[in-house]
Amino acid sequence: MGEKVLMKGNEAVAASAVRAGCRYYFGYPITPQTEVAAYMSKIMPKIGGTFLQAESEIAAINMLYGAGAAGARAMTSSSSPGISLKGEGISYMAGADLPGVILNVERGGPGLGSIQPSQQDYWQATRAMGHGDSRHIVYAPNTVQEMADLVYLAFDKADEYLMPVVLLADGLLGQMMEPVELPPEKTEFPEKPWATTGHHNKRPHNVANSLYLQADKLEAKLRERYARYEQIEKTEQRSEAFMVDDADIVVVAFGASARIARSAVVSARAQGIKAGLLRPITLWPFPNDSLEATVPQAKAYLSVEMNMGQMVDDVRLAVHDAHPVRFYGRTGGVIPAPGEVLDAIAKLAQEVGA
Amino acid sequence: MADKEPRIVFQRPKSLLPVQMHYCPGCPHGIVHRLIGEAIDKMGIEGTTVGVAPVGCAVMAYDYFACDMIEAAHGRAPAVATAVKRVHPENIVFSYQGDGDLASIGMAETVHAATRGENITVIFYNNAIYGMTGGQMAPTSLPHQVTQTSPYGRDVHTAGYPIRVCELLKDLDGVAYLERVTVDTPSHVRKAKRAIQKAFTYQQEKRGYTLIEIVGTCSTNWGMTPLESMDWMRENMLPYYPLGVYKDIVAEGYENIHEAAKDRAKNVPIVMQEAN
Amino acid sequence: MPKDYSKDLKIIFAGFGGQGLLFAGKIVAQAGLLDGKEVSWLPSYGPEMRGGTCNCSVTVSTDPVGSPLVVEPDVVVAMNQPSVYKFIDAVVPGGLMIVDSTLVPDIPERDDIAIVKVPSTQLADEAGFKQLANVILTGKLYAETKFCSKDAIDAALTKIIPARKAKLLEPNQKALAMGMDL
Repeated sequence: MGEKVLMKGNEAVAASAVRAGCRYYFGYPITPQTEVAAYMSKIMPKIGGTFLQAESEIAAINMLYGAGAAGARAMTSSSSPGISLKGEGISYMAGADLPGVILNVERGGPGLGSIQPSQQDYWQATRAMGHGDSRHIVYAPNTVQEMADLVYLAFDKADEYLMPVVLLADGLLGQMMEPVELPPEKTEFPEKPWATTGHHNKRPHNVANSLYLQADKLEAKLRERYARYEQIEKTEQRSEAFMVDDADIVVVAFGASARIARSAVVSARAQGIKAGLLRPITLWPFPNDSLEATVPQAKAYLSVEMNMGQMVDDVRLAVHDAHPVRFYGRTGGVIPAPGEVLDAIAKLAQEVGA
Repeated sequence: MADKEPRIVFQRPKSLLPVQMHYCPGCPHGIVHRLIGEAIDKMGIEGTTVGVAPVGCAVMAYDYFACDMIEAAHGRAPAVATAVKRVHPENIVFSYQGDGDLASIGMAETVHAATRGENITVIFYNNAIYGMTGGQMAPTSLPHQVTQTSPYGRDVHTAGYPIRVCELLKDLDGVAYLERVTVDTPSHVRKAKRAIQKAFTYQQEKRGYTLIEIVGTCSTNWGMTPLESMDWMRENMLPYYPLGVYKDIVAEGYENIHEAAKDRAKNVPIVMQEAN
Repeated sequence: MPKDYSKDLKIIFAGFGGQGLLFAGKIVAQAGLLDGKEVSWLPSYGPEMRGGTCNCSVTVSTDPVGSPLVVEPDVVVAMNQPSVYKFIDAVVPGGLMIVDSTLVPDIPERDDIAIVKVPSTQLADEAGFKQLANVILTGKLYAETKFCSKDAIDAALTKIIPARKAKLLEPNQKALAMGMDL
């Protein structure tokens, strides 16, 4: 067991990425994630890695594409407006089957929005970070410890499935300090015979490419890739259940809002309402299986988010609208108070007679 | 003489794959590919070279070169090449880009890779038009040049002026070598080949960023025969985009970009400070 | 019955940027961590930091921390006038407000909370601990709440002052002790 140290979420993510073997970081300053770049700029020169402050988010993500193609463990980080710019490169990475890790420390939107924490990029992260049919694993940490643990895992999953992996955090998780125990330094990494490292006259040339001018070839490629996505949907769902077994009201919340929802669930129980919290840790694949398992017991669902209602769609799909699915959220950078969530739980309990 | 072994005087460079290219008849892209291939063969670097293809007419270049290849998003080849070079500093990394890719959508990536002094080589094919999409105005289209999107001729009052890339980049401290060449005659082809090889050599010697601009034609989209297009290029493009060496820090007496940059700013105390 | 702060304590440190409020919050969070508690520390961030008000939320608890954003503080430590106005009504009944009375001329009345006035900036200047008013107030906070063991808060300083700034340790220790003894 290592020692627990107090770290900001943004620093923990950077420190853990380095321990996962990340030696290339490409970024561009934007609040509230700049500590990631600051940490990387400090440590990379000391360990023979590369920190590169790119000229733009677009350049940064295309550097991630290049480093991924070249076989390196690399990451980039940004916040919402910058992530929109990265959409191009993420789509190309998906199309060329290249690994890489992308951190979004969300802030309010749309446009320049606010710099306060939000979860308004759920749809972007889970549906379409770029154009074309594509998927990427999306992890949603809710503590500084999970920021460290999930970025560590993200590098392995990116290499395993040859795809970009996204960590969807928010300003609250990025800026707050909590005790964290960093994972051990990784020493073993998968072979990457497909990488464009120079063929050294030992094999035919490798090509990293997303262009298929013949429609049927592109379709075949996509079907092959979607078979892999299907496998991921089967095996990579992650979630945490808290007081869900006997719950009438199942609150569904991820990331920072899950922390608040948890407090509200505890208060609801104290008032005699049988509430529970199902917290998705993977947003894609969405934890459909664990949500579906609650259907026989539950009477209603409440999706709590820091946006105008995005994940609530996935909750409805997961429970096949078997029970009422409601939404409570604050947006624009406003963090809901546990009391507001408790009121929403109580109101729903009354509505369904729980 | 009959007993003498036949001698091969001309063949496909080994580092070009035996595939049919998709370029239009009379297009000089094939010549430029060949020159890159000859340079790679002569230097024996195929195994350690990684090329980055653009979006544009050369989009399929990844199928033509025998070295490892990456297809980049439109304009982003310098960013991709930057990362590849950082991961494998001993490799030779080149990008191959057209005028729209390099000087329009990718101008930020171009300028910043150059000013960072990325030890990469950019092969820039300038034919003053978007070829792949069917002949639209490019950042290097000449004033009054008729294209699909400048049907009355490029109007400098609304569309502004063309960008002279070598002239634009030469003041950046990260740049080691810039030369503008063309491939319309055997002697120009030989000159272009020497320039490409010199750029690769400078990269090998870690001197800094290198770019070779090839002024070329697009007979298809210019609406001319290949020969007419060569004439049009000589009459209009070469005076606007003069051939020649725009920067060569070695010829200026420097080892690399850092030495040259320091000399240029020798009166600036912070520049002369020892690195921490 | 007064609240047992060793089980749960929610604090807001507030003042101007540069007064060391984030550092004061770190002392408390680190002390809680050393005692094996759940802790969180959350700064305000963004344009308001640039020369404007600055605050941080700190929670030290035996239970997992829900929202790290403290909206109903048990204690507010305030080092400027705007912070006093902004946060005095937020303090929960029975709670505490600790104010640097050197810098805050006007403290509104509230009879359901304790208001502790400490002329910490003046005390720091007199004792030669320039810019350690924040640590004096942290000492006072400890004395009023006893949210952790004495060993933990003493050790916290050693943990968070980096080795390259070791010469700052002793004045910080003295300032902390001074606050505890007020």
